[in-house]
Amino acid sequence: MSDSTIAVDTHESDLQHHFANLEQQQEASVMGMWVFLITEIMFFGGMFAGYMIYRHLHYQGFVQGSLHMDFWWGTINTVVLLCSSLTMAMAVRAAQTSQRKAIVVFLLVTILFGLAFLGIKVIEYHSHWVEHQFPGHDFHLLDEKGQPSPYTSEAEVFFSFYWAMTGFHALHMVIGVGLVSWIAFLAWRGRYDAHYFTPVENVGLYWHFVDLVWIYLYPLLYLISNKHLSG
Amino acid sequence: MSGHIATKRLYVSVWIALMCLTVATAAVSRIELGHFNIVLALLIATCKASLVALFFMGVKYISNKMTIVVIVAGLFWLGILLSLSMTDYLTRPWT
Repeated sequence: MSDSTIAVDTHESDLQHHFANLEQQQEASVMGMWVFLITEIMFFGGMFAGYMIYRHLHYQGFVQGSLHMDFWWGTINTVVLLCSSLTMAMAVRAAQTSQRKAIVVFLLVTILFGLAFLGIKVIEYHSHWVEHQFPGHDFHLLDEKGQPSPYTSEAEVFFSFYWAMTGFHALHMVIGVGLVSWIAFLAWRGRYDAHYFTPVENVGLYWHFVDLVWIYLYPLLYLISNKHLSG
Repeated sequence: MSGHIATKRLYVSVWIALMCLTVATAAVSRIELGHFNIVLALLIATCKASLVALFFMGVKYISNKMTIVVIVAGLFWLGILLSLSMTDYLTRPWT
């Protein structure tokens, strides 16, 4: 894009005046998104650091607590999220190649995967709730024989991390579904093509980031070995 | 990333690898390996995270070096947070 001529194509309005050209604008925007994602890494990083310390201090509580996680729902949700990341990547690719209809279709499939994840999370939360596995005065933990577990208070720590970490993750998913819906609507209106698709790319980065968090939450919460039980 | 368009085949290959690693981490967690359970689980998770970041998030194709600096700085800071927290708690029994 030459500086001396006034571009007359319809996309001129996409370029904000403080950028030299669309490429520079797009690079700056993506870098800004990464700066935001780094703040998100710090946000979740604090919880991961806390998890690590308390797991170290109360390992049996974490083993006991993890026994009450539903292995299959956790695994299915991991698969659902990884599928949603694939469709999100394909949506960005469709934007890069100006396949306007494909952008919308891939974004809608991504939304469906996101909603499936949240639905499964609701099922899990409900069953933990009715079994009194929510930290507080009503918290109960039963061992295999149906007796109150001697590790109840330590497992309560595990469940505090479980609810906080998956809760904030789920909140990010809700926001993600909202963002993807918004760009899906704009894509349906024909807003994005190879010339301008920065919002699709940045929302994609956000979506993948939320997937990254779950990639670590899954083994840390669901996959603590039941063979490590003592007592 | 804007300059580079990955093939559909690459994305599907990455997804298949992610599926395989998910099965691997689920299967390995059912085997008793002592301390290596968590080591292996985090190793596999990091492989999965790297695949997502490098290909789906396009980190491999970022041309703007400043963006790379931002990412590396963030990960470095996370490393400080996690490692220095643990140097405290892991060495307390030494006193």
